[in-house]
Amino acid sequence: MSDNTQAISQKAQAESKDSFGFFRALAAVVWKDLAAELRSRELLSAMLVFALLVILIFNFALELDPKTRSTVSSGVLWVTFAFAGTLGLNRSMSMEKDRGCLDGLLLTPVDRSAIYFGKAIGNLIFMLLVEAIVLPVYTVLYSVNLFNLGLILVIVLGSIGYIAIGTLLASMAVHTRTRDILLPILLFPVAIPVLIASVKASAGFLGGIPIDEIMPWLNLIIAYDVIFIAVAYMVFDFIVEE
Amino acid sequence: METTPRALKVLDTISAIMFVMAIGMVFFYAPTERVMGQVQRVFYFHVATAWVGMLGFMAAGVAGITYLRSSNRKWDIVSLAAVEISLVFFFVAIVMGSIWARPAWGTWWTWEPRLTTATVVELLYAAYLMLRQGIEDPDRRARFGAVYTILGFISVPVTFLAIRLFRTIHPVVFGASDPGAEGDFSMTPPMLQTLIFSVITFSVIFISLFWHRIRLGNLAEKVEQLRLKMAQ
Amino acid sequence: MIDVRKLIKRFGLKTVLRGLDFRVQPGEFVALLGPNGAGKTTFLRILSSLARPSMGEVRVAGYRLPGQAAAVRRRLGVVSHLPLLYGDLNADENLRFYGRMYAVSDLNQRVKDVLELVGLSARRRDLVRTYSRGMQQRLAIGRAVLHDPEVMLFDEPHTGLDQDACNMLDNVLREVAARGRTVVMTSHDLARAADLASRFDVLSRGVIAASVAREKIDSRDLLAFYRQAANGGIT
Repeated sequence: MSDNTQAISQKAQAESKDSFGFFRALAAVVWKDLAAELRSRELLSAMLVFALLVILIFNFALELDPKTRSTVSSGVLWVTFAFAGTLGLNRSMSMEKDRGCLDGLLLTPVDRSAIYFGKAIGNLIFMLLVEAIVLPVYTVLYSVNLFNLGLILVIVLGSIGYIAIGTLLASMAVHTRTRDILLPILLFPVAIPVLIASVKASAGFLGGIPIDEIMPWLNLIIAYDVIFIAVAYMVFDFIVEE
Repeated sequence: METTPRALKVLDTISAIMFVMAIGMVFFYAPTERVMGQVQRVFYFHVATAWVGMLGFMAAGVAGITYLRSSNRKWDIVSLAAVEISLVFFFVAIVMGSIWARPAWGTWWTWEPRLTTATVVELLYAAYLMLRQGIEDPDRRARFGAVYTILGFISVPVTFLAIRLFRTIHPVVFGASDPGAEGDFSMTPPMLQTLIFSVITFSVIFISLFWHRIRLGNLAEKVEQLRLKMAQ
Repeated sequence: MIDVRKLIKRFGLKTVLRGLDFRVQPGEFVALLGPNGAGKTTFLRILSSLARPSMGEVRVAGYRLPGQAAAVRRRLGVVSHLPLLYGDLNADENLRFYGRMYAVSDLNQRVKDVLELVGLSARRRDLVRTYSRGMQQRLAIGRAVLHDPEVMLFDEPHTGLDQDACNMLDNVLREVAARGRTVVMTSHDLARAADLASRFDVLSRGVIAASVAREKIDSRDLLAFYRQAANGGIT
């Protein structure tokens, strides 16, 4: 009898060491989100329209005249990304929860963090897509040149941190009735460091400030990304296991 | 029927006495500050509540981690108690900071690191309470609460550092390390004593409130348990 | 195949399952009956590794829960009353996705076979959003058998289906059960359960109140048996 149980647990251990399966599952989740989005385009169109509306509103809210534009652009862009981002995060998780698909994912024998990373990468891709469209539109509307490598770097790094923590919080918020309003409330206080640093670094690159003055901000973003991806990895299990 | 334990009653009395003494020290023992005058007296309670609020904040984070490791509901009550009380303490600190700021810098508010971070923490607490409110299942509520306190625990120091990269006009009390700081003032021994006594007083008050709140939480659980038993 | 001893499940202060014992031999088809709120869904969630037991021992397919959950999941197929399918993908893509998550070998062929089994080959390229509820349930079963599990759990699979859809579902269920799989199915529909199951268990007030094999009871007596077990408890 004890031989049997030993054989069984050895088998279980061997199965769980299948790290190739981790990446396969991760890729499958990302592919699934992209394929579904390609069909319906609900998420992207909602995020995009919202982002463009926000930018339009800013035009009337702030005097975006030529002199102040370059200093204010950074802030306007990041506020837009932050709000469009929460929209995407919420919808992405809601789609899983509402048809019970979240359970479907949890029933599979894959590591929970593969699910987390899969969803996070999917969310990141959507956010980057929206940002990639907003940048040229903003450039055209306000004649501020946003084709700046440094700016793009900041946007990518900042989005990574934002989405990492956002995906984690969205997976909690989705269980509440007030999920749409709760996610921004949960997310913004925790995301303030990465948002501040991204705004400052973006403004730095846009304003042609010397690189050593921008470095502290970049370091902060990178540190934030690393710390919170690690924390998310450790904590995600507690969120999904009942 | 459980009554308040003797030790807690004693603690309550001690905190009340210390509080009265602290007020006395602030108004009568500590000298009037040269530049700011009477308004400066706000400083003692402001620093005390801020410090103790910070302790509460850390307690919440640690309790969160402990809950996740042990799944013992007591730690969830501890975490919640720490957040609720720390919320009030920070609020008091912020308001007092505001009262100080008006005559000192001519403005009710300033976006400098400590004040802004305190506000962020308050928002974090509010978010924590809203999160808990939106979840029915008590175990899930406790788990999510714990996760969020951990996230806050880690992000707040980073927030502070981020805001500190901006210039500050908040007075740095024990020797200025920030060259951009203005509004420095040095403290005479009576002032130092008043400050330390205030900090100790508020720590005692915090512990007293904390204990009461945890008892309240435990008793509420007992009531719930009895109710469920009766419903069967 | 399934071995549950003294299972206790609490939600906060409320105890839903109170020391439940449950044993299923390989190949048995158990209909789990019980009044609403008795804890059937909770019990199934624990068996399917979605929830953790508060106390007690749970073994499925020889592996412990929750410690060896991944191994259990590999050998488990679950159909609940929610479809667990992605509306914006078609049947083919849904199955392919789950196939990859379960590391199913020879995926293309397997997907084809499964679609054949549940009678949806003709509509494989249609978006699941456009499926009727009956078709969705059949596809859900397809998803559940894709990785050839030894144990299958069905949580009220007939919910929301009309007569025809129910009959079709039953055919699929019989096919699925016929391959020597161990099945536990919760149901409100005594008549259907009577048709499919080899054993009837009644879960009431957090424990298995009664259990009887199909041969030992007449289908006319089933309702009386159920009522008595749900209210009082007989052995």
